[in-house]
Amino acid sequence: MKLIKTLVAVATALLTAAPALADVNIGISLSLTGPGSGLGIPMQNQFKTWSKTIAGEKINLIILDDATDPGKGVSNARRFVTEDKVDLIIGSCITATAAAMAPVAFEAKTVQLAAAPVGVPPGQDTWLFRLPQGFSVMAHPIVEHMKKSGVKTFGFIGYTDAYGELWLKEITAQAEKAGIKLTATERFARTDTGVTPQALKLVSANPDAMLVVASGSGAAMPHKALIERGYKGKIYQTHAAATPDLTRIGGKDVEGSYVVSGPAVTAEQLPDNHPSKKVAIDFVTKYEAAVGPNSRNQFAGHAYDAQIVLEKVLPVALKKAKPGTPEFRAALRDAIETMGRTVFAHGVMNWTKDDHWGYTNETGVLLKVVNGAFVVEH
Amino acid sequence: MDFSIASILALDGATNGAVYALLALATVLLFTVTRVIFIPQGEFVAFGALTLAILQTGKLPGTVWFLLILAGAVALGDAWHGLRQGRSVSALARQAARTLAYPVAISLFAMWAAPRGLPLLAQAALALALVTPFGALIYRIAYESLADASVLVLLIVSVGVHFALVGLGLYFFGAEGFRNPSFWDQRFSAGALTLSGQAIIVFVVSVSLIVGLGLFFGRTLQGKALRATAVNRLGARLMGISATGAGRLSFTVAAFIGALSGLLIGPSTTVFYDSGFLIGLKGFVAAVFAGLASYPLALVGAMGVGLLESFGAFWASAYKEVIVFAAILPVLLWRSLRDPHVEEH
Repeated sequence: MKLIKTLVAVATALLTAAPALADVNIGISLSLTGPGSGLGIPMQNQFKTWSKTIAGEKINLIILDDATDPGKGVSNARRFVTEDKVDLIIGSCITATAAAMAPVAFEAKTVQLAAAPVGVPPGQDTWLFRLPQGFSVMAHPIVEHMKKSGVKTFGFIGYTDAYGELWLKEITAQAEKAGIKLTATERFARTDTGVTPQALKLVSANPDAMLVVASGSGAAMPHKALIERGYKGKIYQTHAAATPDLTRIGGKDVEGSYVVSGPAVTAEQLPDNHPSKKVAIDFVTKYEAAVGPNSRNQFAGHAYDAQIVLEKVLPVALKKAKPGTPEFRAALRDAIETMGRTVFAHGVMNWTKDDHWGYTNETGVLLKVVNGAFVVEH
Repeated sequence: MDFSIASILALDGATNGAVYALLALATVLLFTVTRVIFIPQGEFVAFGALTLAILQTGKLPGTVWFLLILAGAVALGDAWHGLRQGRSVSALARQAARTLAYPVAISLFAMWAAPRGLPLLAQAALALALVTPFGALIYRIAYESLADASVLVLLIVSVGVHFALVGLGLYFFGAEGFRNPSFWDQRFSAGALTLSGQAIIVFVVSVSLIVGLGLFFGRTLQGKALRATAVNRLGARLMGISATGAGRLSFTVAAFIGALSGLLIGPSTTVFYDSGFLIGLKGFVAAVFAGLASYPLALVGAMGVGLLESFGAFWASAYKEVIVFAAILPVLLWRSLRDPHVEEH
C-alpha cells in the first residue's frame, strides 16, 4: 500500500514537472560567461522578470550559456530544435555567435530573434529577426543633424573591423543623398597606442564635422587626439560609444560632442513626443527595481522588447495552430512579419516580409555631452 | 605633407619608438640569457598601466590577488618537489617563506594604500612594485623546469603563457579600458610642433633606463653574470654562475621594464586587458631587427618601427599594422643573407 502511494506521488510529480504539450517553449542562448558576459547577464536578468503566461499560454524559457563561443551557440541551437522542440529561439547577444546559430534556425524553420545586428547572405534571413537597430536608422539622426546645422563636409575615423566598415558604408550613402561630402577617411584599431597621425591628416583636411566610429572606452582616444590637434568643428560619436565610459575617459575633451543612441537607456530624457518614451520608462523602472539603481542596459532592453513581440504575435499564431508544431512556428513567423508598427523600448519596429531589421527612422536619438552627461539634442 | 606635419609625425613616431625600444631591450635580454622568445612581454605593459589606473580609482587592483595566487602556486610547487626529494620540513618552510615574503608584504601594503589615494607618483611606484615580481614567478612556473629545452619548445610555452595571461588579465581587470592621468601636463610649442610633458618623460625615462641597464651590465657583478650566461650558459655555470638565478633575474628585469612601459604609454592611449600583445609584438619586431642579440641595433630597430608606424598611419591608416609587420620580411631576408645560420634542430 505504501509502495503504491509512493509510486502515485512520484508519477504526479513527474507529470506536473514535464511541460504540458500546449506550452510555448522558447530556447534562449546567451553569453553568460566569457568576454560577452557583460551583455548576456543583463538579458538573463530581464528574462527572469518575464511573466509566466502570455496570451493565456504558459511560457517555458530554456536558458543556456553559449560562453561567447559560436560553436557552443550552434550546439545550443541544435539542442533547442531537436530535443526541446522549441517554438522560438532568442539569442545570442554576440554577433558572431548569433550569426553561427542562424543556419540552424533556418534549417529547422524556427524563428530566431537575434539580440545582435547579424548580417546574413540574401535569402538566408527568412527566419531571422534582429532586435537591435541596424546601422541605417542610427546614421539617420546624425545625417539629419548635419544637414540642419549646415555641415557640408565631414571626416571619418573608425575601427578597422566590421563595425567601422558597416558604418562607413551606411554614412557615406546617406550623407551623399543629403549632399554632404566625406572628405577624409582614416582607420585605427582599439589597441593602438595612438592616433596622432590619423588625427593630423583629418584635421589638415579641415572638414566641418567628424564622425568617430568606435565603441565604449575606445571611442575617447581618437576624440581626444582630434581636440589635441586643435580641431574646432562638430564631432559625432556612434551608438556603441553611448556609454558612461566615453565621458569617464574623454573628460572635458568630449564636452559638446554629439552621440547617437537608441532610446531605451535615456528613457527619462526623451522628448515627450518620442514614441518610445512610455515603453522605455516602463522598461528602466522595472529593470532597475529588480536589479538595482543605474543598472539599465541596452541588452536587457532587447529581452524586454522580445516580450513585447510575443505579446503581440502569440494570440495571432495561436489561432492558426498548436504550439510545438511546424505550423505554429510558421504562423509565428507570419505574425511577426505582419505585426505592423510596434513600439519597443528601443524604438519603433516595423518588421515586414522583406525587412527583418525593421526599425523606422523615428528610432534614433541624438544626445549631446553637457557637463559630462548625455542630454537629448532637440 | 609639409615640414611641420613631417616633424609632428616624426616626434610621435619617436615617442612610441622609445617605448618599443624598452620592450625590444627586454626581449633581447630574455632571449640572450634564457633563450626564451618572450611573447607575453606586452602583457606586463597592460598589467602596469591597468594596475595604476585601478589604484587611481581608489580600488584594490586585481593584480594583488593574481600575484598572491602565482606566489602561492610557486610555493606549493616547490614544497611538492622538496617533499619528493625528502628534504626537511624546516628547509621547505624557509624556502616557502622566501618565495612568499615579498609578494605578501607588497600585497598587504597595497591593501593598506589603495583606498588612501596616495599621490600619482607613489601609486606609480606601487604599480611597478606589484607587477615586477610577476617576472620571476612566471619564469619559475612556466620555464625553469624546461630551461634546457629547445628554443622552439620555449617559444611554444611562451604562446601558452601569453594566452593564459590575457585570459587572466580579462578576469582580474575586466573588459573595460582605462586611461591614466598624465604625469606632467605641461606643453612646449616650437612652431607647429608641440612637445608634451608626457613625451619628455617618455624620452627621459627611456634614455635613463637604457643608460642604467648599460651600467648594470658593465659595472655590477650580477649584470656581468647575466652577460656571461648570455655568452655561454655552460661556461658560466662552470664558473659558478647559477643559470636559474640568471633566468629569474632577467625575467624580473623584463617585468620591471614592461610595467614601466605601461606607465609611460598609459596617459596617451586607452589601455585594455589585451592591449599589450600588439605593443609587445612591435617591440619584438625591433628585437628581430637586432637579430635578438644586439642592444644598440634593437634601439635603432625600435625607432624605425615607431617612425614607420607613424608615417604609415598618416598615409594609409587602414594598413598601418600590415606595413609595420610586413617590414619584418626584408629584415629577416637581410639578416639571413648577412649572417647565414646553421639550423639548430
